[in-house]
Amino acid sequence: MKKSKFSVLALLMAIMLILAACNGGSKETSNEKEGGSGDSSGSKVLNVNNSSEPGSLHPANAQGTHESWILEHTFEGLTKKTEEGKIVPGSAESWEISEDGLTWTFKLKDGLKWSNGDPLTANDFEYAWKYALKPETAADYAYQLYYLKGGEAYNSKKGKEEDVGVKATDDHTLVVTLEQPTPYFLDLTSFYTFYPIDKKVQEENPKWALDAKTHVSNGPFKLTEWKHKESLKIEKNENYYDKDKIKLDAVNFALIEDENTAWQMYQSGELDIAYPLPVDVQGQLVNSGDKEFKNGAELAVYYYNFNTKVKPFNNAKVRKALSMAIERKKITENVAQGGQKPAFGVIPPGIPDANGDFQENTGNLFEENVAEAKKLLKEGLAEEGMKELPNFSILYNTLDSHKKIAEAVQGMWRDNLGVEVTLENAEFQVKLDREKAGDFEISRAGWVGDYVDPMTFMLWETDGAYNDAGWSNKEYDNLLKEAKSTMEPKERMAALHKAEEVLIEDMPILPVYFYTKPYMVKSNVTGVYAPINAYPNFIYADKK
Amino acid sequence: MLRYTLNRFKWAIITLWAVITLTFIIMHTIPGNPFAKEGAMPPAVYENLQVHYGLDKPLLTQYGNYLLEVVQFDFGPSLKSSSISVNDYILKGFPVSLHLGAQALVIAIFFGLILGVVASLKRNKWPDYLSMVIAIVGISVPNFILATILINYFAIKWHIFPVATWATWQHTILPSIALSMMPLAFIARLMRTSMLEVMGQDYILTAKAKGLKRSGVIIKHAIRNALLPIITILGILTANIVTGSFIIERIFGIPGMGDMFVKGISNRDYPVILGSTIVYSAVLILLIFIVDIAYTLIDPRIKVTGEKK
Repeated sequence: MKKSKFSVLALLMAIMLILAACNGGSKETSNEKEGGSGDSSGSKVLNVNNSSEPGSLHPANAQGTHESWILEHTFEGLTKKTEEGKIVPGSAESWEISEDGLTWTFKLKDGLKWSNGDPLTANDFEYAWKYALKPETAADYAYQLYYLKGGEAYNSKKGKEEDVGVKATDDHTLVVTLEQPTPYFLDLTSFYTFYPIDKKVQEENPKWALDAKTHVSNGPFKLTEWKHKESLKIEKNENYYDKDKIKLDAVNFALIEDENTAWQMYQSGELDIAYPLPVDVQGQLVNSGDKEFKNGAELAVYYYNFNTKVKPFNNAKVRKALSMAIERKKITENVAQGGQKPAFGVIPPGIPDANGDFQENTGNLFEENVAEAKKLLKEGLAEEGMKELPNFSILYNTLDSHKKIAEAVQGMWRDNLGVEVTLENAEFQVKLDREKAGDFEISRAGWVGDYVDPMTFMLWETDGAYNDAGWSNKEYDNLLKEAKSTMEPKERMAALHKAEEVLIEDMPILPVYFYTKPYMVKSNVTGVYAPINAYPNFIYADKK
Repeated sequence: MLRYTLNRFKWAIITLWAVITLTFIIMHTIPGNPFAKEGAMPPAVYENLQVHYGLDKPLLTQYGNYLLEVVQFDFGPSLKSSSISVNDYILKGFPVSLHLGAQALVIAIFFGLILGVVASLKRNKWPDYLSMVIAIVGISVPNFILATILINYFAIKWHIFPVATWATWQHTILPSIALSMMPLAFIARLMRTSMLEVMGQDYILTAKAKGLKRSGVIIKHAIRNALLPIITILGILTANIVTGSFIIERIFGIPGMGDMFVKGISNRDYPVILGSTIVYSAVLILLIFIVDIAYTLIDPRIKVTGEKK
């Protein structure tokens, strides 16, 4: 019997040893061969971290930053953006806009090719946009194409494909008809849902985007390796029209989720760019004067929703009092620590106005003032027949940084207004559910703009899909309608400025800060820049 | 023996079915849905997604369809990632987790046994104290702290091993060590106790009295018998290591199964939740099954009980 007991253990140990021996050391050493700056082949390879496995590398099915960072380097839309955020021709050479702003005619560059050598024509754009709108494709971002005439109708099975407002009149000409004047449509054409797809490849192999071997794109780089959950590799696309300006030979994307680990890889030289950075690291770097540290602007605002359907948050004075009683600078400097800018409005800096910068022209739409806040709170509560604020809570999704900010706000309300608030932590999906159901008093929120225009931050239309505050203001609604009806920049921007003022005057949301984009780039890497609404771009980067 | 094995197998299958059913029910009753985002999705887009993934059908139909797919070993698509199916996730992630777990277990068993034996033989002397200090550190320091310390010294400061990812055998060393410390400590303590108990037995004294060499007594009689309690815990220990390495996999950027389950839940990615639950349960049930069968080899009384049924 003793013998059999011992045999079981011996057998188990033997299995373990064999397993370990079989797996260890048999893997290819791709990172070793090409990683770091010491590359024996002399080719220029950049190492970055994509944070997570991309959900899809098909422009129609992509739905977030994990996909967009790779797509932005492997595809190109009709337009693209410069370092300064200027929109310049991409695959399109030129365009004309009809006077009413509804018809846009794009002329494509000559000799455009896909990475597999196929000619790229206007038909590929028409095909791709209609493919994303097709109900069977079930594209998350199909609504980005609702700007096209008949786009929403086709996607919701109420209209026909042939009625969608995009038509290739010849190989070089794409005529787009919009539902309503959209001055920022050019900006949208650089967004990934508007990228083309190779019609021939899509029809022959609908699964082309799942594998590096069959992946076809039209950008400066092409996908050449995709080890799921492990790494991705893109290499210079020899068929790209501007290939002579591309200096990198390849880019390796690691798929490391943990920000601290990615930061450690950057420190050890395994990565050339570190983004995003862990919060405490940002704090150390912001004022360190480190030459590798960059801090770009971000098209995003951090705010709290008030549930305006619940007493006493239905009262604008109560909302304003709470907003005026927090000290945003203390939050950005001591808690968020990423060089963020305190927000006294909802539209972040970096968006062009008719003249100058929209946010700079707006200035601060309210001020922090504890004495005034106390007065407003008293008045507001009296109007609601209350003597003091009843118990309420701040609902935030599970993340340490949200918790710290909520704690800071909690402390400031206690010290400045004598108001007690509890903090309620919920999983992200649960928080979303509760917001949609109106089951909260105050909830944390953030919004990243889809395109560089103030309209992308005008979320609080009555019954709007993003209006979790449940706020309704006819003046605000009318101003947005006015802005949507014109292509005239001054008139449009004036309406948008006024709309933001109306919003902040009524304060259904409490703006906290405008995000920034802190990242690190090794000093031997040049030409990396961070567009306001995208991850750091390295299309034209170089590595010494 | 055959009847007992078949009986155990039958119960293993029933347990697995119960796990699937319970998970399916719980999954659909918790709040949140896989397509929710900050800001509501236009109704048409939401509807198209529901139809595409068959979530518009009645729950009972969904359940039936799912069971049919599982029987054919098809765990369906991921709702969040069209580039990779749940089968791909498992086929890609499980061998990696198994490799990491096996390597950690080998380290844990090998060094755990040595530490335990040394500690018992040098009882109340410095090797004993040192072994037990290592064991206490292994049990009390969480593996993610240990992982950070290992990375800081061995990767960043001394450049001996890479920080993270899973490309070469060098990449496997630090995570295996970090993951092995807890079971190593556990085995060391158990082995020490077990050895001390065995060393006090009459047959050891008899062997010594017969004039056998000390080394012979220890290896042939003491260690072999002291190993028995270790076997008992190996099943559970293996299951824990193979399935419980989420934090280590995350810290070291290892493409294993660990994050699949947690991310599946936070994304409400129903097929991923079910797929990973099935794999984890299957591993646990299989190991319990193996241990049960191993017991019958070790202890005939269990076999008799089983056959009576």
